[in-house]
Amino acid sequence: MDDKIAGEASKLATQAQDVASQLKALAQQITDAAAASPVAVPDGHMPFVALLTIFALSCFVGYYVVWRVTPALHSPLMAVTNAVSSVIIVGALLAAGLKGLGAAQLFGFIAVALAAVNIFGGFIVTHRMLSMFKKKPVKK
Amino acid sequence: MFTQELAAYGYLIAAICFIMALRGLSSPTTSRQGNLFGIVGMVIAIGVTVLSPGVLSPWLIMAGLVIGGAIGTFVALRIQMTALPQLVAAFHSLVGLAAVFVAAAAFISPEAFGLGVPGKIKVQSLIEMGLGTAIGAITFTGSVVAFAKLQGLVSGSPLVFKGQHPLNALLGIALVVLLVWFAMRGHTSTFVLLVVLSLALGFLLILPIGGADMPVVVSMLNSYSGWAAAGIGFTLGNTALIVTGALVGSSGAILSYIMCKGMNRSIFNVILGGFGTDSAAAGGPAAKNDKPVKAGSAEDAAFLMKNAQSVIIVPGYGMAVAQAQHALREMADLLKKEGVQVRYAIHPVAGRMPGHMNVLLAEANVPYDEVFELDDINRDFASTDVAFVIGANDVTNPAAKTDPKSAIYGMPILDVEKAQTVLFVKRGMASGYAGVDNELFFRDNTMMLFADAKVMCENIVKALEGSAH
Repeated sequence: MDDKIAGEASKLATQAQDVASQLKALAQQITDAAAASPVAVPDGHMPFVALLTIFALSCFVGYYVVWRVTPALHSPLMAVTNAVSSVIIVGALLAAGLKGLGAAQLFGFIAVALAAVNIFGGFIVTHRMLSMFKKKPVKK
Repeated sequence: MFTQELAAYGYLIAAICFIMALRGLSSPTTSRQGNLFGIVGMVIAIGVTVLSPGVLSPWLIMAGLVIGGAIGTFVALRIQMTALPQLVAAFHSLVGLAAVFVAAAAFISPEAFGLGVPGKIKVQSLIEMGLGTAIGAITFTGSVVAFAKLQGLVSGSPLVFKGQHPLNALLGIALVVLLVWFAMRGHTSTFVLLVVLSLALGFLLILPIGGADMPVVVSMLNSYSGWAAAGIGFTLGNTALIVTGALVGSSGAILSYIMCKGMNRSIFNVILGGFGTDSAAAGGPAAKNDKPVKAGSAEDAAFLMKNAQSVIIVPGYGMAVAQAQHALREMADLLKKEGVQVRYAIHPVAGRMPGHMNVLLAEANVPYDEVFELDDINRDFASTDVAFVIGANDVTNPAAKTDPKSAIYGMPILDVEKAQTVLFVKRGMASGYAGVDNELFFRDNTMMLFADAKVMCENIVKALEGSAH
């Protein structure tokens, strides 16, 4: 009796698995279709000129924002930009998150670890610096 | 599970957070909030990526985050504030290395990044990948050299050898050729060669640059790490990376520009290096050293400053080396109790990284509204009784205004010589980094205080306390 139930259950589980994999394939097809829409080029990326536009405008934003930073905080500025530039971890995550274990995954893992040192270290050291900048105590 | 479109919105929010993080630094009151924005942006960027359909197995990611995070936290909590410049240099090297590894991973498994299949990657992606790799590798070795120089592992003096510039130029040209070759063929061997050559170039580029020019180098490498991130961002078609890379890149570039302007030198002059190695001969130091120098004691200094109405303190790298900031603040506190107005004047290139002195003074609990930049305080030296120069030298040298032959001619300096009395805390008569004699030492209104900066401050504190009772 129990064996029968167990057998049924396993059958059901395999079926569920099949459905899941079919769903996954479907989802993949949808994303592929979305990626192939006229806005994007076939590999799923934005067109180069769009990326270049974003890049150029960001350079201008950076220029104006950084000139407004008070010179007294230039050290924290370096520390925080260093932490923020570790957003390169995004690329590392994609490689480390691949199935299996190969050179790409290994490289991804190393890059994740390196960038993580920077993210944690950078933000903490910035915080330590910034919490030291205090105003003159108000005179009685 | 996130769709790619949803992820793109996440990256947009992250990018805005990073802009707000830099924006917050425009004033100390909003700066902590800015740092918080940065952390939020980073959490969003990582979260969105981990939840995206491309990530199938979380184990390596978690391991990497835990290991790296633990190391980063440990180091950041333990580091001494005087060691900040080398810490930042070390962190830059990690970003550069991470960029190289990401590019290598993308080269091996292009399908994970939507770049095609191995061996058949688009030319455009190969160019972006190659650029990101080259800049990343140069940033890595360059930062390692900068770290070694700042930490004192190798001599801080410029290391120049014959044929250095032609060699670097040759390597640079070879790098460009290799980039083109890599973009056309996409061979693995070319990729490896590209990495090796870039590593060598980064090493050779920074080696000839002297220790006191490191503020410029560190900001320049900061800029490079940003451009490397942007390059990888183009490869991955990731907007958060591109925006952030551009922000960091321009930030580092602006900081380098400010530093160079603070020394009246071009960025090329700094990068080509070897500054201060041969200029000492031109000044004829032997002749000047015969002049009498007025040396004083801690008691003399205490007496002078106690009876002054206003004192301006000019800190330099020597204060950082001696860790004198706490003793200095104690001295300033006692003077303030006596009714003396105490202010601090910071030259743009004082210390070993931009804003280095400000951080050290802040660490010693000096209120930031007593600390002034060159342009804001230079006029006040004329109406000041005492200028207290501690560990600074070249940035006060009047030769920058008067002697067109001097190596530092044209550099904006703090006009300490206009104060009634100049107190110079210095260990000996050695000239500063630029190798130029400071004529200030021989002036009538200058008193030299020969001692370690910290010891001198402590002795002045003792003298001040002694006279108070």
